[in-house]
Amino acid sequence: MQIGELTAKDFASDQDLRWCPGCGDFAILKQVQTVLAKLGHSQEDTVFISGIGCSSRFPYYMNTYGMHSIHGRAAAIASGLRLTREDLNIWIVTGDGDSMSIGGNHLIHLLRRDLNVNLLLFNNEIYGLTKGQYSPTSKKDLITKSSPYGNQERAFDTLALCFGAGASFIARSIDREAKHLQEILIQTNEHEGSSFLEIYQNCHIFNDGTFQNYSDRSLQKINALFLEDGKPLVFGEHQELAIKLDGLNPKVVLKDEYSLEDLWIHDSSDRVKASILINEVDTQENFPKLFGVVYKKEKLNTRSNSPNKLSENYLLDLLKGSNSWLVK
Amino acid sequence: MIAEVKDSISIKFAGDSGDGMQLTGTQFTDNTALYGNDFATFPNYPAEIRAPQGTIHGVSGFQIHFGSFEINTPGDEFDVLVAMNAAALKDSLKSLKKTGLLIVDIAGFDKKNLRLAAFDPEEDLLEESRFSDYHFIKIDISSLSKEALKEIDLDPKQKDRSKNMFVLGLLLWMYGRNLQSVEDFIETKFRKNPLLKEANLKVLRTGFYYGETAELQSYKKEIKAAKLEPGTYRNIMGNKATALGVMTAAFKANLNLFYASYPITPASDILHELAKHAKAGVQSFQAEDEIAAVCAAIGASFGGALGATGTSGPGMALKSEAINLALMLELPLLVIDVQRAGPSTGMPTKTEQSDLLFAMYGRNGESPIPIIAAHSPGNCFEAVYWACKIAIEHMTPVIFLSDGYLANGSEPWKVKDLKDLPEIQPVYLSAEDTQEEAFLPYKRNADLVRSWVQPGTKNKQHRIGGLEKELVSGNVSYSPENHQKMTDIRAEKVALIAKKLPEQTIMAGAKSGKVLVIGWGNTTGAIKSAVLELLKEAKEVAHAQINFIHPFPENLANILNSFDKILVPELNNGQLIKLLKVAFPNNKFYALNKIQGIPFKKSEIKDAILNLLG
Repeated sequence: MQIGELTAKDFASDQDLRWCPGCGDFAILKQVQTVLAKLGHSQEDTVFISGIGCSSRFPYYMNTYGMHSIHGRAAAIASGLRLTREDLNIWIVTGDGDSMSIGGNHLIHLLRRDLNVNLLLFNNEIYGLTKGQYSPTSKKDLITKSSPYGNQERAFDTLALCFGAGASFIARSIDREAKHLQEILIQTNEHEGSSFLEIYQNCHIFNDGTFQNYSDRSLQKINALFLEDGKPLVFGEHQELAIKLDGLNPKVVLKDEYSLEDLWIHDSSDRVKASILINEVDTQENFPKLFGVVYKKEKLNTRSNSPNKLSENYLLDLLKGSNSWLVK
Repeated sequence: MIAEVKDSISIKFAGDSGDGMQLTGTQFTDNTALYGNDFATFPNYPAEIRAPQGTIHGVSGFQIHFGSFEINTPGDEFDVLVAMNAAALKDSLKSLKKTGLLIVDIAGFDKKNLRLAAFDPEEDLLEESRFSDYHFIKIDISSLSKEALKEIDLDPKQKDRSKNMFVLGLLLWMYGRNLQSVEDFIETKFRKNPLLKEANLKVLRTGFYYGETAELQSYKKEIKAAKLEPGTYRNIMGNKATALGVMTAAFKANLNLFYASYPITPASDILHELAKHAKAGVQSFQAEDEIAAVCAAIGASFGGALGATGTSGPGMALKSEAINLALMLELPLLVIDVQRAGPSTGMPTKTEQSDLLFAMYGRNGESPIPIIAAHSPGNCFEAVYWACKIAIEHMTPVIFLSDGYLANGSEPWKVKDLKDLPEIQPVYLSAEDTQEEAFLPYKRNADLVRSWVQPGTKNKQHRIGGLEKELVSGNVSYSPENHQKMTDIRAEKVALIAKKLPEQTIMAGAKSGKVLVIGWGNTTGAIKSAVLELLKEAKEVAHAQINFIHPFPENLANILNSFDKILVPELNNGQLIKLLKVAFPNNKFYALNKIQGIPFKKSEIKDAILNLLG
């Protein structure tokens, strides 16, 4: 089989899928398999590493190398693999509990080191596998088994957290938008460095409809802002609204009242604009949520990586040391 | 005047933690090594980098015992005590032998120092009559050092810091040495600072010539070179030997080495050593925490490198879950635990052997993992080499136990010839299995070991994880029978390693008799010297020190059965003895425990043996 001739099916393993029927994970799985085939990756050079949670079952369903590890630690395991194997295409599949709660430390340090891996955060704003407790991304006041009187805690602003940790690629998509997801997955894979892709994923058992504002086609128009490089930031029922920068403050305006050059044109490589998008637009209720590649920069390259083997002479000199003596 | 010839001398350098006593000790040790004496050292210092100056808490000590015959311990008591201040004197005088030599720096006994050491500031502590049991030399080391440097443009503080070189020079003179090794060291260390180089060399020589001028010739002693087995020797500390052992194992197995660690006392020096060799093929990784360190090592092993991680007790507790993951994945993983006094943060710079049962049982579920313990600084090399060999050849995590005393202690080490080390052969897929259409990741060889198939291998894609595996196929399985079988296999796989281990040897004494002293880890020297002394008195006693604790070597049963009573000294509340009692229920074991953060004294072991002999 020649590289590039594989189909999405070739990336599917022989294991039965065990997610709840109707789970958003199915759609993501299909798009990942499609993208790998489309980009001409080989099965044996691709590795999926996950932690614990519903999403972390993902590697079992991929006909690639994979590890379903322990809770929160996929990023740390992937770091060791990345540093010793430059040749592999490494993906981390994680959830909001796995990487934002128990594995939060590894997530931020992975992003700080900017190792070349693709991290897919399946965010469903709930603990699914443990049957419905609130997560660090759950909305305030959400009633769950562990918050019967409503969630008292503020949710993480996921993109801001990653931006703060120094992520070099920050993107978001949603399970229901197959085409968008596919396109963003391709960009995620192509970026050199740690690529962070948050995927809003509906858990229809424990947190159904939490992303309805962005998945329902009519609501989506008002609540979601799909970013594209070189295009203005436009949304609204009839795409009549736009975002404009007023100094350093983002402002919602009527698109037609301004000429194109007066509107905010998306440039994912602009760090200042990314900061405003992430910290001021994405986190404020009067603005739509961001989708697409929000921020992308060239690899930080903070850690050089040159695995090789010890030479015998080097080792012999080292064993002997600089102050040895001979006993006859 | 010809110096008196002695078999051995034990010296303790004691001062404030800022006085440079560790440097004095290690330089004296290097010089001793080159001179050809056998030796054992014991650095003992506070956890704080700059502990409260002048107080007992701030005392930093370095003990060295060197001789013309086999030296096994730093010595229960010392022949010479150098006390740089009142606190050091208070801390260490009790262990100076009667008629021993006491050298003090007068400057360290002013009113302030007396007060800080909780003496009466008004009393004349250094009055001769108080020390009539000892040979007593008072020197104003600080002033003499400063005087020697009066022409050199350094501030008084910097001048004062060179006083440890005076001590070093004086002691080297006393034992008939030359200054070459220390001069070389100073030249290199202060290459970029000619002023400090000149100052240190000057004070070193001032100390060296002081003995002559002050007519201290009567204290000169000669300790002839020891008769060691022929070969090339070097002075080595346990942590260094550990690092070199891991590197050598990776080399012999033809693997990349990946060492991931989070800084922790007393294991950090292994990370420091390995980090030095980044350009020569060693990858070291300072992880964000203990868990990340072990997990990164597992990731590296998954990719086909030798994944290793090192820590101390608190870190072991954090790594427990991930070590179990490696056990389920059946991947090689080296876990180094340089033990320290616990529980919790405990006493970070003090030694203990209290993680053994944690290494054995400190994980959820049925979790059999091989355990190998080093028993001397130099032995760290071979013991960790074996730990790597077992991890690689048996596809399992292995716990290597060292401890603070071994880690920082040093001894002459005969440099190993690579040819003399056993081969290490990773378990790769056989040619036959490579041909097979369906790949079965948990298919096992005769040793119950699965093959190490790494990402990148065509047509062998597979998924592994922490969930229970189905026999052979490695698919996830919740079947009750399968779980029973897999649990049994994991235990059997580790038990079978016993067949591959070197035989347990007797270190001293006959192969049978009344009392066998069995030890592990840093108790070697104290036990061996106690047993050797009793053998001279014709007592029926022998000594075995075990490297392989899980599983035990196959011949251990025969050795135990050849003795009436078995004494098990440990720096814990009785851990190895529990394992021995379970494995060998018919033998009579007697515990000797000490849990004070310091090693056993020879006398303590000797008394316990005599007690058993009746």
